[in-house]
Amino acid sequence: MADTPTEGAASSGGMPQLDFSTFPNQIFWLVVTLVVIYFILSRVALPRIGAVLAERSGTITNDIAAAEDLKQKAVEAEEAYNKALADARAEANRIVDETKAQIKSELDTAIAEADAEIAARSAESEKAIAAIRDSAKDDAATVAKDIAKDIVAAVAPGKIDAKSITAAVTAKVKG
Amino acid sequence: MAESKDGGLVFKPMQQFEVTPLFGDGPVGMFTITNSTMWMALAIIAVVVLMVLGTRSRAIIPSRSQSIAELVYGFVYQMVEDITGKDGVKYFPYIMTLFLFILFSNYLGLLPKAFTPTSHIAVTAVLAVAVFVAVTVIGFVKNGAGFLSLFWVSSAPLALRPILAVIEVISYFVRPVSHSIRLAGNMMAGHAVIKVFAAFAAVVAISPLSILAITAMYGLEMLVAGIQAYVFTILTCVYLKDALHPHH
Repeated sequence: MADTPTEGAASSGGMPQLDFSTFPNQIFWLVVTLVVIYFILSRVALPRIGAVLAERSGTITNDIAAAEDLKQKAVEAEEAYNKALADARAEANRIVDETKAQIKSELDTAIAEADAEIAARSAESEKAIAAIRDSAKDDAATVAKDIAKDIVAAVAPGKIDAKSITAAVTAKVKG
Repeated sequence: MAESKDGGLVFKPMQQFEVTPLFGDGPVGMFTITNSTMWMALAIIAVVVLMVLGTRSRAIIPSRSQSIAELVYGFVYQMVEDITGKDGVKYFPYIMTLFLFILFSNYLGLLPKAFTPTSHIAVTAVLAVAVFVAVTVIGFVKNGAGFLSLFWVSSAPLALRPILAVIEVISYFVRPVSHSIRLAGNMMAGHAVIKVFAAFAAVVAISPLSILAITAMYGLEMLVAGIQAYVFTILTCVYLKDALHPHH
């Protein structure tokens, strides 16, 4: 190492690492150092760091669990909302259907009533028409007898009595 | 640390590794406070600042320093759990101690004028031997004589097994050597190379190149400091796994 190895070795004792006179000193202080570091670590530092790490992982686990819980709740709320919505739709449809059915039945009843009334009215009308027709027939017969009497009186006065004329006319009208 | 002497360059790349008393002069006794002691103490302070002061707010949403502390914690914890399995987690504080000490020693050693305790074989050998002894004891306590099945490769042909057993035993006992020299060697080599380049910076003609090389080496050393701490720790985990689950 030195330009004159023998001289360098003599002046600095060669490799200081191989100077055995310093060994007890180094070993003693090394043991002291290691014991001190061991006690600092095992009594203070390591339990503390271990506790902090455990606490942190506990906090993280709890937070994740809480988040999971809240997410679950949100999903449930959404489901409840959707269900309520679907229920409301179904209810609305039901009401619509019910109302439609009610209206239809009411309408049917009204139509039936109207039909019945119409039928009654037309029956009445037919009766009235028949009565009118009958009375018209009688009137026509009366008028025909009167006209026949007048005509007979005009053509052959006093020769044919009223009764036979009436009978003849009646027979003719009937025939 | 180069100075022109007699018109030549003087390289003292190893001077930075010298263990010297911090206060006064004299021999380095067992309890002398040295530069090595100081930088180990600084490593402790760095650990306290990051792992204790940095996490003092205990916040659910961490501050920057708390994030870093948690990152280091999670990194090492994951490594221990992945490699050794659930039953290795109770050794996590020990492995964390090793990792943080090596990591901060390596990085603090990269400061200018700093001393790197992990560049000394005395330090890394103690670390490695401690791992070796602990792992061996754990292996025998947990598995009894069953721990020896680590050396008996039952998936190999019967004739080969004794030979493999010898190789396995040798490799097992070489572990602490490679474990310690890898760390100390990497730390020492990088720092020494930077010092050699620094010596060349005294020559005006090549100083730009030298400074560029120092910068590049420094970047590389930043990488090496982290990687070596990681490698030492992961190998510790692997050895621990062998002790807990010795069956191939």
